[in-house]
Parts: sequence; C-alpha cells; structure tokens
Amino acid sequence: MTTMQVLFLFFAAIILGSAIKVVTTKKMIHAAFWLVVALFGIAALYAMLNAGFLAMVQIVVYVGAIAILFIFAVMLTRKELLDKGAALNNNKTIAALISLVFFGGLLLLLTNWSGFTKMAPDLPEGDMVAKLGEALVTPNAYLLPFEVASVLLLAALIGAVYVANEARSE
Amino acid sequence: MGSQTPWVYVGIFVLVGLFIPIAAIAIATFLGPKKPNAIKQSTYECGIETVGDSWIQFKAQYYIFALVFLIFDVETVFLFPWAVSLNSLGIFAVFEGIIFILILLAGLIYAWKKGMLEWA
Repeated sequence: MTTMQVLFLFFAAIILGSAIKVVTTKKMIHAAFWLVVALFGIAALYAMLNAGFLAMVQIVVYVGAIAILFIFAVMLTRKELLDKGAALNNNKTIAALISLVFFGGLLLLLTNWSGFTKMAPDLPEGDMVAKLGEALVTPNAYLLPFEVASVLLLAALIGAVYVANEARSE
Repeated sequence: MGSQTPWVYVGIFVLVGLFIPIAAIAIATFLGPKKPNAIKQSTYECGIETVGDSWIQFKAQYYIFALVFLIFDVETVFLFPWAVSLNSLGIFAVFEGIIFILILLAGLIYAWKKGMLEWA
C-alpha cells in the first residue's frame, strides 16, 4: 500500500467511526461534536484529492458555521439534551433492509460508471485559487452566477431573519 | 505527492495541536495527588449543589448571529478567490466584487433594522 492509501483508510475510518458515534451517542451535544470530527475528516479527504480550497471551505463553512448552527438548533429545540429513550425501535429490521438495498444499488451504479476507474485529470499549472477568482469575475465565465449567488444569499438571509423575527415576537 | 507536500506541514501542526493538550492532561493525571472524598466528588455549580438534571436546554440568545454568520461565511467563500486574484484583474473586477458585497449589505441592514442584532 502507498502512503496515500494508508492515509485514506485512516481518514475513512475516522469519518465512519465518528459518523456512527453521531447517531449512537445519547448526548445531543456530543453528537454535534462527533459531527465536527467527521466533517474535519472529510476536509482531510478533500486535501488528499488536491482540492485545497475546497478543504478550507469545508472547514470554514461546515465546521465553522453549520456545526455551530447544529449545536444551536439542538439547544433551541430540545428540552432535554440527554436522550433517555431506546436507540432502536420496531422498524429497525425494515430500516436496515432498505439501507442495505440502497447501498447495494449505489455500489452497483458506481462500479458500472466509467469515471469510477478513471484517474483524475492533471491540474493546470499555477495558483488554483487565483484562477478560480479570475473565472468568477470574467463576464464570459462565471460572472453572472457569481452575482446571482449574492442575490441567493440575500434571499436566504432575509428569509432567516423574517422567520426568526416571527418566532421571536410570538 | 509533490503538490500535497504543504499538507504534510498542516498534518504536523494538527498532531502537535493534539499532543499538547493530551500531554498536559496526561502529566496532570500521573503527577497529581489523588485523595478523593465524597465532598470533592460531588457535582456542584457556582459552589452550590445542582438542582435537577444538568443536561437541560440552555437558552442560546445569539442563534440569530449564527444564522447571519453562516450567510457571511458563504460570502467569504466567493470573495476569497476574488481577493486572491485582485492583483491581476482590472478595475472592472473590483466593482463586480463591490456589487456582490453591496447586495449582501442590504441583507445586513435589513437584519439590523429588524432589531435582530440586539440582545433580546
């Protein structure tokens, strides 16, 4: 095995292990923290795929903002942060069966997909982030999506503030 | 490897960052004297005994800030590549970025006017 394979298995084990802890732990806050670990592991995978910018975005947005929002959501919606009920219920067999079928279907689809065995194309020379920035503001490239993204974020912001304002005034 | 080499340094920093707190706790565990008694082991908050369960809902007053922060966090994702390539771009690109910021500024002003940035 090459170093990259060892590293991949290491990070994959961390991601899977912490993802299992997210759903099995009884303490809601601990679940949120295990989610942070899993998201960090995914950032490491992005870094291994030579997607450094995406890795940093993963940390800044998912670990920095989404995870914090998760913790807040848990604190706002749950009266008790310690789950005392049973982790499994009557539907466990059928749920396991459905997920197994779904996993098998995905596996079948992906192994038949031509991109599954293809190596990643070589990256162009130079600073990738600068190239991305250039593409974002070039009218022939992604200028319009760039400005539309701003409008989309504005809509999300106003929507969040509006809903929160209603909830607050009640 | 080649282009992955910078990540080796990130990995070293992560390992050192994990090692320091673990070492501090481990050294304290090994060297610290342990003479437990019932009073020392009891759970307390602010010097008095806790009432009820400690795993309760805490009021997160500032969840609005988290919501607004998420939006501006995503804004950073777009503005960072723009800022990196600013040197090689013309004045046109600068204004494009400013328009991007101004559109989102309207959202911030809206949130401000609605009193969302107040501690209520």
